[in-house]
Amino acid sequence: MSAGARPGAPAGRGSAVSDGRTLAPFGRRRAPVTGVERVGAYAVVSVADADGPAPDPGQFYMLAAAERWGGGADERPFLPRAFSVMRGHPGGRLDFLLEDVGPGTARLAELAPGEDVWLLGPLGRGFAAPRDGRRPVLAGGGVGIAPLAAWADAFGAAALVLLGFRDAEHAEGAALIPGARVATDDGSRGHRGLVTELLAAELGGDPRAEVYACGPPPMLEAVRAMCAEHGVPAQLALESGMACGYGACFGCVVPTRTGYVRLCVDGPVLDAAELEAVA
Amino acid sequence: MIDFCGIELAHPVVNGSGTFDAIAARRVFGDALLERFPFAAFVSKTVTLEPRQGNPPPRLWELAGGMLNSIGLPNKGLDGYLAEDLPKLAELPVPLIVNVMGSSPEEVGRLVAAFAERDEVAALELNVSCPNVKTGLLMGADPGETAALLDAVRHLTTKPVIVKLTPNCVSPAAVAAAAEDHGADAVSLINTLRGMAMDPRRPARPWLGGVTGGMSGPAVRAVALAQVREVRARVAVPIVGMGGVQSGRHAADLLEAGADVVGVGTESFRDPLAGGRVADELARLSASGRAAPRAGVRHAAHVAQNG
Repeated sequence: MSAGARPGAPAGRGSAVSDGRTLAPFGRRRAPVTGVERVGAYAVVSVADADGPAPDPGQFYMLAAAERWGGGADERPFLPRAFSVMRGHPGGRLDFLLEDVGPGTARLAELAPGEDVWLLGPLGRGFAAPRDGRRPVLAGGGVGIAPLAAWADAFGAAALVLLGFRDAEHAEGAALIPGARVATDDGSRGHRGLVTELLAAELGGDPRAEVYACGPPPMLEAVRAMCAEHGVPAQLALESGMACGYGACFGCVVPTRTGYVRLCVDGPVLDAAELEAVA
Repeated sequence: MIDFCGIELAHPVVNGSGTFDAIAARRVFGDALLERFPFAAFVSKTVTLEPRQGNPPPRLWELAGGMLNSIGLPNKGLDGYLAEDLPKLAELPVPLIVNVMGSSPEEVGRLVAAFAERDEVAALELNVSCPNVKTGLLMGADPGETAALLDAVRHLTTKPVIVKLTPNCVSPAAVAAAAEDHGADAVSLINTLRGMAMDPRRPARPWLGGVTGGMSGPAVRAVALAQVREVRARVAVPIVGMGGVQSGRHAADLLEAGADVVGVGTESFRDPLAGGRVADELARLSASGRAAPRAGVRHAAHVAQNG
């Protein structure tokens, strides 16, 4: 697939397009869990979405267990949870990457084949092709590597992928994007330090890139500032707590140069130039 | 079919103001939204005279059986709504009810006057009850304030005027009675209950950017039922009842407690089709005799009284 084509453009399974994104079927739907695989500190939850459209890389879904959602810590969860799609496979299998960090992810990480999830999506605006024929450089941190997997697949070997994790157990997640360069905070694998250090070296060598990043807010802010300084365009996949995922509640806003913007409908991928800072 | 203040509704389920953005939903779901629109009327998110950005995040907190929101009424303001949103909302297949809020009766009057002449608008709902913004709470917590508000705006429109009550006051029924006495065509309740959450990561700090927020979801259902019953005992006007509705049974309970129309709010966040599902379930309960067919009876009586 050439760099000039539009990676992630919907194809095949009857999707419709509006303002460039793949539309979601209206309403949540039940989908069977086909597998849950542990990858280091993470779990990859695979779901069969046979009737759904193929998602664009960078889009996300709202997930909830169809049974026993609630009754965890503080009787939560109540609302669904938002996850970028890590990969959408031909035939409708969707892979999501998650880490048990709260009552919602705890329940999702203990799902087993034979159980169903409620699925809403694909939602949001995903990544756009690099402008001006720039080479894509993908930078991910922690569980934020998820949307970069689908995007890396779209470029084949043409994308440089840089991934950062806090330790060896989390760095096992690097296996999900073959060929990626790895950094770990504690140096237990790959470069000792931050993924942004790998990025700085890369942009310093050749700034004719477009950067795609997803990870914790301090990482995204460092990427934003670095790219602004080098004059490198960047697309950042941000995250926020969400209730609905489709613009109904106005809960997921982030500040931009032109005011608050809902990540679920106008993101989660935003052009770095729209942001003064990543909060 | 339901006759609500002279507006024909295909079924008794509407959305709670601020819990569904029909314009955003059309971008996300496409025209399928119009083919299966979940509500018999669409109630817009609160429109204010001036544009509002809303509260700083975090705006949401999840609770046992519900959530807190501190959104802060972001909206484009009257001019932006008229220019950009109203034309799109006019394309919906159901009547449009515009919810408005002002910090004084005079401000509310300017909003009412602006919508009074718009054929796209079937009715107005006055937000006197948002617990996230101090000015809104004042008018809706006190019967005298509510009366003064209606006196200032009632004559500005012949469209139905619905007053959305706040549960955060001593007597919603007294406020409802004042609204009715001063010309309101209907009341809606409950709005959210004032609540707060602590930041789990920072000692002694509230979680929400707006500090306090409004609680909604299944945990408030019992409060909604009690207040609908209390208000029904005081007023004859139609009541739009809402609070934690997740099923036809919950909707039927509100109707049996005295509501004429039911609102679905928070459940739409979990399931965009919730309104339609609740309407379908309610219809099955009514057909099988397990829910009192209240709405038609009430409206016939009300219309007979008031012409």
